[in-house]
Amino acid sequence: MIISKKDIPGFLDKLISEYQVFAPVQEGSYTLFKPISSGADAVLTADNTKLPAKEIFFPQSEKLFSYNVTEAGAKLETAIDDQKKVIFGVRPCDARSLVLLDNVFNNDKFQDPYYLTKRANTIMVGIGCNTPTSTCFCTSVKGGPFDTKGLDLLLVDTGDAYVVEVLSDKGKALAEQAGFVAASDADKASAAKVKKEAKVTCQVNTDGLKDKLDVNFYYPIWDKIHEKCLGCGACTYLCPTCHCFDIVDDALDCDGCRVRNWDSCAFPIFTLHGSGHNPRTSNKERYRNRIMHKFKYFVDNFGEIACVGCGRCIKNCPVNLDIRVVLEDVRGSEARLDS
Amino acid sequence: MKNPYLPLPMKLVKNFTETEDKLIHTFTLQYLSEEDEKSFPYMPGQFAELCVFGKGEAPFGIASSPSEPGFLKFSVAKVGVVSTALHLMEEGNMIGVRGPLGNYYPVEEFKGKNVVIIGGGFAFTTLRSLATYMLQPERRGDYGDITVIYGARNPGLLLYKEELAAWEQNPNINLITTIDSAVDGWNGRVGFIPAVTEEVAPSSENTYAIVCGPPVMIKFTMPVLEKLGFPAERIIMSLENRMKCGIGMCGRCNVGGKYVCKDGPVFTRAQLNELPAEY
Ligand SMILES: Cc1cc2nc3c(=O)[nH]c(=O)nc-3n(C[C@H](O)[C@H](O)[C@H](O)COP(=O)(O)OP(=O)(O)OC[C@H]3O[C@@H](n4cnc5c(N)ncnc54)[C@H](O)[C@@H]3O)c2cc1C
Ligand code: SF4
Ligand code: SF4
Ligand code: FES
Repeated sequence: MIISKKDIPGFLDKLISEYQVFAPVQEGSYTLFKPISSGADAVLTADNTKLPAKEIFFPQSEKLFSYNVTEAGAKLETAIDDQKKVIFGVRPCDARSLVLLDNVFNNDKFQDPYYLTKRANTIMVGIGCNTPTSTCFCTSVKGGPFDTKGLDLLLVDTGDAYVVEVLSDKGKALAEQAGFVAASDADKASAAKVKKEAKVTCQVNTDGLKDKLDVNFYYPIWDKIHEKCLGCGACTYLCPTCHCFDIVDDALDCDGCRVRNWDSCAFPIFTLHGSGHNPRTSNKERYRNRIMHKFKYFVDNFGEIACVGCGRCIKNCPVNLDIRVVLEDVRGSEARLDS
Repeated sequence: MKNPYLPLPMKLVKNFTETEDKLIHTFTLQYLSEEDEKSFPYMPGQFAELCVFGKGEAPFGIASSPSEPGFLKFSVAKVGVVSTALHLMEEGNMIGVRGPLGNYYPVEEFKGKNVVIIGGGFAFTTLRSLATYMLQPERRGDYGDITVIYGARNPGLLLYKEELAAWEQNPNINLITTIDSAVDGWNGRVGFIPAVTEEVAPSSENTYAIVCGPPVMIKFTMPVLEKLGFPAERIIMSLENRMKCGIGMCGRCNVGGKYVCKDGPVFTRAQLNELPAEY
């Protein structure tokens, strides 16, 4: 199927009457996913959004319930967002990250109703990346600029139009409802050409990485590798697969609400025990945990690397601690330091 | 979908100062209805998030036993925001309880075996639950000898003193209490837990050891148990990593790839040997 670029705002306007529609919108020098009230606000030409689409399902701050407590009992009120949503213009790496996060919020024992309800009610419309940036390394972690994982529809930019790939029943229904027309053979050919020409130039070699992480927890590499890291947590807040959070009360006495806020394993008090003991006392342990979590623990638990190669941590680290370099160093790490 | 974040409101019926230093209080909480009680089926070793509305929530081991219907019991050390707020609660106040969370002591495996329970300081909470559970008359026959070795710095810091006194008289359980240094009027042993364990522990044959206590106690008790011939598979421990969600999502409590809240808190020494020592 195909939709002409000039028809996109009208298409989005139609969706807005039925769905809460999120699309990248301009915010100063970058774009962010926001609910839009007019199709014209969607910005589809920029690089990926500053924050990943993750925050739509797992917001930086989210009310879990409100309460009113008296001696007679406690009245708890939960508001789970079950509004039908369309995420329009999500990049393949960010769509993939949500498939990874599904493992966490729907684990072997517990289900998170806030995240899962939003996931179940959302249609994901992706847009492929014709010009991956210099920090994108999705193809090294099982993704790709036109990867379809986690998407219901994928748009391929062929110049004046988007060729639409239908990837699920949800996507099919939306495409039919929107009245997308069939793509001609020529359109399909130009989409295929675009896909072939889009090049992710940056590769990270992950051969043997997991095997190394299985054994190198106590290797001296960890004494060095974190040295630059300030522990600011920027990389974790911007990462589409990070899911750490804290739960706090926002209340005046017994009238208030319980809220969950993003947290970060980069912070010293994250693991501080009530006794004062801290199992991850320094940046070394904390940085090691970040790498171990994404490239070993997640693989052990769910069979996938918890990094989609979006490059946000590379672009935004204030001291240029580059995960691509870190992984290369980790891969080559030895039980003893040379010299 | 059950919402794992919602606490069960329970009524505080007793806020009891447990230790002489007043830093540990034991809270007895009552269910508001039978239905509430049914919604909270738990086993010894599990924990719950207690919340003081307006202050927040924190995880505490369940000190009561499922063999004691009608209430839940927690013993809480005053260390920070939530625990201090709990200490200030008055009888009749509402407390939120979220759980039961985590796995439990492998009581099925204990059947037909001897059990030695080794506890130090205020980490005795879920051990009390376990001992009480196994001592229940209709269940007692399932287990061999039950030995409890329990130590604290001084007699005033031992939890559950009335119960300990009753256990002293109970032929179904062999209780050994110890304190760090001698004081007048103390009839138990004097000495650190590892040394006392070495002296009084039953044969490791056909026996499980369950150990909870402060890190130093654990550190010095482990070699003793090894020396006594306990294999790592029959040494059971309970970890207390800092937690928030209790359901394996907030990423806080991991030891290697395991989440203490969801995959623990109860682990065998053998399982822990496979993990990095981040606890
Ligand atoms: C499975 C499990 C079972 C447990 N069972 C028991 C039990 O039965 N009894 C018991 O007493 N405890 C138990 N604990 C420990 C208990 O959970 C902690 O003591 C409790 O979470 C403390 O909560 P709090 O809100 O009172 O302390 P917090 O206010 O969270 O403070 C705890 C510590 O962290 C420090 N801290 C907190 N915030 C900051 C900050 N912003 N900056 C610097 N420092 C900070 C405080 O100074 C304090 O030392 C258990 C823990 C687990 C995981
Ligand atoms: S963004 Fe850079 S400095 Fe900040 S925590 Fe991450 S690696 Fe460390
Ligand atoms: S670790 Fe870095 S590159 Fe990988 S998904 Fe997270 S932010 Fe993107
Ligand atoms: S307490 Fe949240 S993951 Fe264990």
